Amino acid sequence: MPIHDQSYRRYGGNREAPGAAWLVIARFGIKAALSKRLCLWVMLGAWSQFFVRSVIFYLSANFPSMDVLAPSVQTFRQFFEIQWIFVFFVTVYVGSGLIANDRRSNAIQIYLSKPLTRVEYVTGKLGVLVFFLLGVTLLPALALLLVQVMFSASLSFVAENLFLLPAITLYALVQVLLAAFSILALSSLSNSARYAGILYAGVVLFSNAVFRIVQGFTSTTGLAWLSFQANQDQIGDVIFRLPTRFESPWFMSALMIFVVIGLSAWVLERRVRGVEVMT
Amino acid sequence: MNAPDETTQPVASVEQVSVRYGTQLALHDVAADFATGAVGLLGPNGAGKSTLLKVLLGFVTPTSGRMHVLGLDVAERPLEIRARLGYMPESDGHIPDMNAVSFVAYCGQLAGLPESDAMQRAHEVLYYVGLGEARYRNIETYSTGMKQRIKLAQALVHDPDLLLLDEPTNGMDPKGREEMLELVIDLATRKGVNLILSSHLLPDVEATCARVVVMHQGTVATQGSIAELKERRRQVFEIRIKGAHDKFVQALQGIGADCHDAEDDLLRVFVNDDQGPRDLFAVATAHDIQVRHLRPSVPTLEDVFAEAVGEE
Repeated sequence: MPIHDQSYRRYGGNREAPGAAWLVIARFGIKAALSKRLCLWVMLGAWSQFFVRSVIFYLSANFPSMDVLAPSVQTFRQFFEIQWIFVFFVTVYVGSGLIANDRRSNAIQIYLSKPLTRVEYVTGKLGVLVFFLLGVTLLPALALLLVQVMFSASLSFVAENLFLLPAITLYALVQVLLAAFSILALSSLSNSARYAGILYAGVVLFSNAVFRIVQGFTSTTGLAWLSFQANQDQIGDVIFRLPTRFESPWFMSALMIFVVIGLSAWVLERRVRGVEVMT
Repeated sequence: MNAPDETTQPVASVEQVSVRYGTQLALHDVAADFATGAVGLLGPNGAGKSTLLKVLLGFVTPTSGRMHVLGLDVAERPLEIRARLGYMPESDGHIPDMNAVSFVAYCGQLAGLPESDAMQRAHEVLYYVGLGEARYRNIETYSTGMKQRIKLAQALVHDPDLLLLDEPTNGMDPKGREEMLELVIDLATRKGVNLILSSHLLPDVEATCARVVVMHQGTVATQGSIAELKERRRQVFEIRIKGAHDKFVQALQGIGADCHDAEDDLLRVFVNDDQGPRDLFAVATAHDIQVRHLRPSVPTLEDVFAEAVGEE
């Protein structure tokens, strides 16, 4: 008897209605990334600041002589500034291959031949990045706020800075969405994860270099909106109700962030297709 | 290998579908019905076969026309269609850094199967396509033939009602090709899976399909039951001659015969019902051409194809 007569049978079980495939993609991507040791180390490294600041919070709450270390709004703002480097590494490490690898191995047409839309595919990939990026931004920042309440045994700091919770959430989302959309768009432009990662690093570093050169010539920071990173810093200051660090209007930075996300969405719409048409 | 019996209920139909890639017209007013069972989509490279499959999948939006798959409108309900459809692409396709069973199970989940069912089905279909022993190997270490089989497995895992197979025997050795065709026949005849097999290889289509749609330069050249299409042909003879080939062909065309070159210097000559070997000898004698070989033959799919695409 041929081997194929022994095994194949029709399927009579349940099927999920279309619409949940993005969760399958996200779950698979998260599992795949977590199975790599380097990813775990990067994530662990990203939480080191949380642990250091937790110790500082403990000392300031329990030893009056260390009152100078007591947390402020500035503390949380600085927390995000330092986390930026981990956002960068996680974005490049997790995100650069998310679509590029599928392009290299012609997997996109396999995905899209299943009952899922292009939006679901991109949402699934975004889900992977959002999971890890929130894990190095929003989650440790909220945990830090919780730790502050626990160590001080008082809600007075939170009550005095009620805007802090939405500010942390909003700024984390700005950082995460900007990074996630940008790297996915760059990943969709190439068949090489390495190339997409280099391209992302190039965009971030080059835009900042251009801004700094212009600043050197003009002795003004009015063109800070040219820099990928400066835009986030400027918006971060506004969200945390701190004086802005650059002379350029904050709404220019907000506009640039919207433009980059919009442009990335447009690139994804053009590049994630079952058929690549060369005209 | 026996081709399956034909039925006429269409599982897919396209009506006056045109597709344009930039300035290039890939499909022009294509109208075709794909009956249940196995239907061959035949045509030379660049005829528009793969584009037609991609239109049925909803990958390509036609500039005009309508398509129905499994009774559903492709433009209106593409996801419902894809849930019941399996696609085996022509080019290699897999998810990097995965072994076969994880990949196929993942594809099952993407198609809506629960995780445990998807894993169970993955094992089953991998055995079915002959990859049971290699199912824990990374797909990137597979040979070309094994990659063809894994593509079939991922298309089958969610138990589709219609399979679209794009050049399924590409790159396979003769034994692997025969096994793949046996799988295709088995699916269509014993497992109740309808399929559209796109190929430029006539023997593959003839071995597996009862019906055929022949495409040429973005249009449907002919379609129908292979048996009926063959019957439409006139009497056919194989002739080998010594002498002026072109002059002989011209003379045969003069009496209404149709000539196609075949292998080994053979000419396949189609004559009218009232004509026979005597007329062929008469033409040869009149032009001082020596007939070295003449015997009656039967029309083949190749003849149907050649006539449809206008090859001499």
